[in-house]
Amino acid sequence: MAAVPLLRSAGEGILTGLKYTVKNFGHVPQSRGALAGCRLFQSTQWSSAAHGSVQERIESKRRAALQGGGPARIQGQHNRGKLTARERVSLLLDPDSFVEYDMFVEHRCADFGMQADHNKYPGDSVVTGQGRINGRLVYVFSQDFTVFGGSLSGAHAQKICKVMDQAMMVGAPVIGLNDSGGARIQEGVESLAGYADIFLRNVLASGVVPQISLIMGPCAGGAVYSPALTDFTFMVKDTSYLFITGPDVVKSVTNEDVTQEELGGAKTHTAVSGVAHRAFENDVDALLNLREFFNFLPLSNKDSAPVTECHDPSDRLVPGLDTLVPFETTKAYDMLDIIHGIVDEREFFEIMPNYAKNIVVGFARMNGRTVGIVGNQPKVASGCLDINSSVKGARFVRFCDAFNIPIITFVDVPGFLPGTAQEYGGIIRHGAKLLFAFAEATVPKITIITRKAYGGAYDVMSSKHLRGDVNYAWPSAEVAVMGAKGAVQIIFRGKENQADAEAEYVEKFANPFPAAVRGFVDDIIQPSTTRMRICRDLEVLGSKKQSNPWKKHANIPL
Amino acid sequence: MAAYRITPTFQRVLHAVKHASLRPTCWLVSRHACYSTVYDPNEKTFDKILIANRGEIACRVIKTCKKMGIRTVAVHSDVDSSAVHVKMADEAVCVGPAPTSKSYLNMDAIMDAIRSTGAQAVHPGYGFLSENKEFARRLAAEGVTFIGPDTHAIQAMGDKIESKLLAKAAKVNTIPGFDGVVKNAEDAVKIAQEIGYPVMIKASAGGGGKGMRIAWNDEETREGFRFSSQEAASSFGDDRLLIEKYIDNPRHIEIQVLADKHGNALWLNERECSIQRRNQKVVEEAPSTFLDPATRRAMGEQAVSLAKAVKYSSAGTVEFLVDSQKNFYFLEMNTRLQVEHPITECITGLDLVQQMILVAKGYKLQHKQEDIPINGWAFESRVYAEDPYKSFGLPSIGRLSQYEEPVDLGGVRVDSGIQEGSEISIYYDPMISKLVTYGATRAEALKKMEDALDNYVIRGVTHNISLLREIIVHPRFISGDISTNFLPEVYPEGFKGHPLTAGEQRELLAAASALYVASQLRAQRFLGQQRVSITEQERKSWELCVELDNGAHMLCVSRTGTNYKVEIDGEKVDVSGEWNLASTLLPLTINGNHRVLQCLSRNASGEITLQYLGTSFKVRVLSKLAASLSKHMHEKVPEDTSSILRSPMPGTVVAVSVKAGDTVAEGQEICVIEAMKMQNSMTAAKTAKVKSVHCKAGETVGEGDLLVELE
Repeated sequence: MAAVPLLRSAGEGILTGLKYTVKNFGHVPQSRGALAGCRLFQSTQWSSAAHGSVQERIESKRRAALQGGGPARIQGQHNRGKLTARERVSLLLDPDSFVEYDMFVEHRCADFGMQADHNKYPGDSVVTGQGRINGRLVYVFSQDFTVFGGSLSGAHAQKICKVMDQAMMVGAPVIGLNDSGGARIQEGVESLAGYADIFLRNVLASGVVPQISLIMGPCAGGAVYSPALTDFTFMVKDTSYLFITGPDVVKSVTNEDVTQEELGGAKTHTAVSGVAHRAFENDVDALLNLREFFNFLPLSNKDSAPVTECHDPSDRLVPGLDTLVPFETTKAYDMLDIIHGIVDEREFFEIMPNYAKNIVVGFARMNGRTVGIVGNQPKVASGCLDINSSVKGARFVRFCDAFNIPIITFVDVPGFLPGTAQEYGGIIRHGAKLLFAFAEATVPKITIITRKAYGGAYDVMSSKHLRGDVNYAWPSAEVAVMGAKGAVQIIFRGKENQADAEAEYVEKFANPFPAAVRGFVDDIIQPSTTRMRICRDLEVLGSKKQSNPWKKHANIPL
Repeated sequence: MAAYRITPTFQRVLHAVKHASLRPTCWLVSRHACYSTVYDPNEKTFDKILIANRGEIACRVIKTCKKMGIRTVAVHSDVDSSAVHVKMADEAVCVGPAPTSKSYLNMDAIMDAIRSTGAQAVHPGYGFLSENKEFARRLAAEGVTFIGPDTHAIQAMGDKIESKLLAKAAKVNTIPGFDGVVKNAEDAVKIAQEIGYPVMIKASAGGGGKGMRIAWNDEETREGFRFSSQEAASSFGDDRLLIEKYIDNPRHIEIQVLADKHGNALWLNERECSIQRRNQKVVEEAPSTFLDPATRRAMGEQAVSLAKAVKYSSAGTVEFLVDSQKNFYFLEMNTRLQVEHPITECITGLDLVQQMILVAKGYKLQHKQEDIPINGWAFESRVYAEDPYKSFGLPSIGRLSQYEEPVDLGGVRVDSGIQEGSEISIYYDPMISKLVTYGATRAEALKKMEDALDNYVIRGVTHNISLLREIIVHPRFISGDISTNFLPEVYPEGFKGHPLTAGEQRELLAAASALYVASQLRAQRFLGQQRVSITEQERKSWELCVELDNGAHMLCVSRTGTNYKVEIDGEKVDVSGEWNLASTLLPLTINGNHRVLQCLSRNASGEITLQYLGTSFKVRVLSKLAASLSKHMHEKVPEDTSSILRSPMPGTVVAVSVKAGDTVAEGQEICVIEAMKMQNSMTAAKTAKVKSVHCKAGETVGEGDLLVELE
């Protein structure tokens, strides 16, 4: 901020310089360090009333901007258990790191009395800028519910677009803190255009910089599509809602009685619709968790996955894994036990923990480096693949691949879920997404078959055939077209001694050898050594270079 | 296990090893430092022993067998197929499905296992078939040696009524009471009135506190009769009960005896087992602080005379109740190896399993009474997978996600049958291990127990380390002022964890805040990243708010290297350590004192759970800003629990006494849950109408499962 040293000298009484400086300062479109600047003003003695008037206006605008919709509305926000847009930003970012843009931007609406001075709020209904999370750059916009209910005006959208454009240019993630009643109705199409401008940028930024949405209040109508386009959508329990139309419209159109919470609350979207990736208890909890989550992500698609200081030895053995997989192939175990045992410090940031629980996805670190983990969950629906789990897995795998995050896949899958519900729902199309995502991924891919790897699901789950870099089997692994019982019924249809045949099938196929002798798994490893092996492999694969044939873009079966 | 410090015992071991010129395997004795015994593999005993048990005691027996050069056979249920005792044994045979009645109590299957493996002898451990005369008889019929007393002694001592008569005849002091079988609840009330309250109702065939109830009035006698006979029937298949005078506030002290088949018998000193909950032992020590040499001798001699009277052979235990005047009364004789035998081994240097095997083979005892020493002091803490906050311990289940025994500390012995990854299930006893410490003096052994408990890592199941540690540091325990009522007397409101003093609370807050800062700093350390801000100066001090039990404390942390200075309410606390955030243990120096804490969990919301002085404390550390903003957050309303009855532990529903629409009175029984063979009556927390019943008899329920909803 070049203006600041000049200002300081201005305080010493060089009036000519002052005039120039103030004017100049006022025109700096992106007044970085605005807050710091503010403090300087306060500590400076102003002697000239003539120049003070501009200065006073600057000051009063800044003060007004900091107050948002005013004390009463801030109080209202607090009474609802919500923080203000600025409080959220200050908690999300490292102390004193926020650099605000566009504090002086005001809406341009002149209809319905909006042009009146009391209807103008410096900065309008969104706070934007950039800052740091644990020292790493991030762009932020935080909608201000205290100003016109956080509604989106043309100016509001323009502010968001500005930070998104710059984030793209320098390669840094964008975090949106959503708390908005919707479009600024008074502005009409201007507001709609604003949404579209944001959507376009969301799409262009997709796969370039990570985009995260945290829904901290209402988000309805067209507004929902911005979070939907971002990589991750998090919600705050009890105070945030996402829906296309609210309960009143639902009632009038479909005659359904439904509450806001049931229609679009955190529980609905994290457990039923799969729209949101995770929910947190309250604003403070959500923002602190977002800081932690941010540490897993690279800044852009040109940066490698971050590596943090790690205290967990990479060669640590995990003896508990040797007895984890039950002897009875029909008995369940918890895939999270494997994941927690293997990753650094048992720390696993699970994505969509309450949706399609038959697949587990999330971020962890191996020897300090961020990895994406995908695992079938035998505890839920035997870990089978169905529509929801395929889509959940596919989206996660594609995020990892877009942002250079190695993928570790734990396989215990009895196959795709049969039935009319699945077939009519298009399991073929949706299952293909997961297959597509794994096949197309060029990041390091390590796969561990812990038990069942049956049928087409075996192929899908990051198999050797889909360019798995390192594929391991535990001694309990069974790679086969199907389970022994089903196989025997087909091979020996109508014959006696089904039990004997079944035993023979088990002997031949219910073990890792058929895959190992063909080189479809690279090694059969003792479960307790899994962490050590993965850490070593990741080191080797650190320099992996692989690219797909040139194309405009692939055509994933949506 | 690390080598024991050089003590007379250890020197004797070294001496013995040197002079016996034994094979290298015998070097093992030095690692199991509490034994002074020499294992001579040339001493002919058995080629192969089958251990008809599971868990720690099976492992314990196998260890001695290995030292004696005996091959071992483990039996196991299907769920135990990868259990530690199965891996340790030379051979293993599956004897049935998980329920004990179908596996470890399944005599037919065990007899088959003996035949198929050619085992010459069977060690029954404790519990299961260890005091089953039918089992001993069937072994004898097939010419297989039962490592324990003969059928006659088991029968005589196994029956509480008969044993009392025998004890009387052998001039052993006995408790006044009714020496016959109680017919029904009304009969029980009549007898109880004759003896005078309080009375103890117990299973004639029982042991281990199962099927035992104390009654102070007629109503409790009726209820006690009902529960005890049900428990006795399910645990022992024998619902006969007896009633005797209940001696209030007694000590439970027992004498270990060892007898051979040639009429020789020894008493191996006493074990103080007064610290109990629901008649099950929790902490034991040997010797007892209470006994003088004369009482010890008198008790020892009576115990031996009882053993001789029933022609006892093998190791056995004579339990006494001792009142404040040092009057002692015979309680019962356990004709098996006791759970708490290791503390006797520690102070006498004898390996009781080895002695049992030698006696079973027909060897004469090599020791004379005057050879039996009391070397030092030993404690045993029974580490259980249970929640001590609920009636001093209700069973919990789960998978041991992380498990580290503190065996690297000197003077510590851990007898366990589980390992990291093991599952604690509803089918078996929830004991995790027996943690034994020993030292030259009581104070030394106690200090070691404190350290051992602090260094014991158990994750994945709720455990009772907090209770154990509170007991052993309690002034009454340290001074030896204990009785079987110790727990209810010291914790009349139930156990609630360690009560923090102001100084301890400061230590805890300081440790938590320093850990928080260490983890925050680490979160900023990216390796090989070019794009991390270089202008940000690492902060030197932090203003934090730490919440503990709804109280918030503002504090200031400053750091130099790994040393943190924490200012709390005007007091300064110095905390330093390695701050290894991956380690299960968190060794710290707090104001110059060395403390081992454990960080049980830590999350992004600032919640940190620390195990400090044995108890786990939940704190929340927030920056000053986050704390001030937290004030606006709404409290989430917790579920109203008075109208909801949840299972306090995993178990089986034995009976449901209500149905939807019934009106229940506060305290009325709603259903009965059986877990680990204990029946627990679930009662209504308020008078209300039953809204819905979510369980039925015979169902298995997990901890926290909804049983009944009231309106």
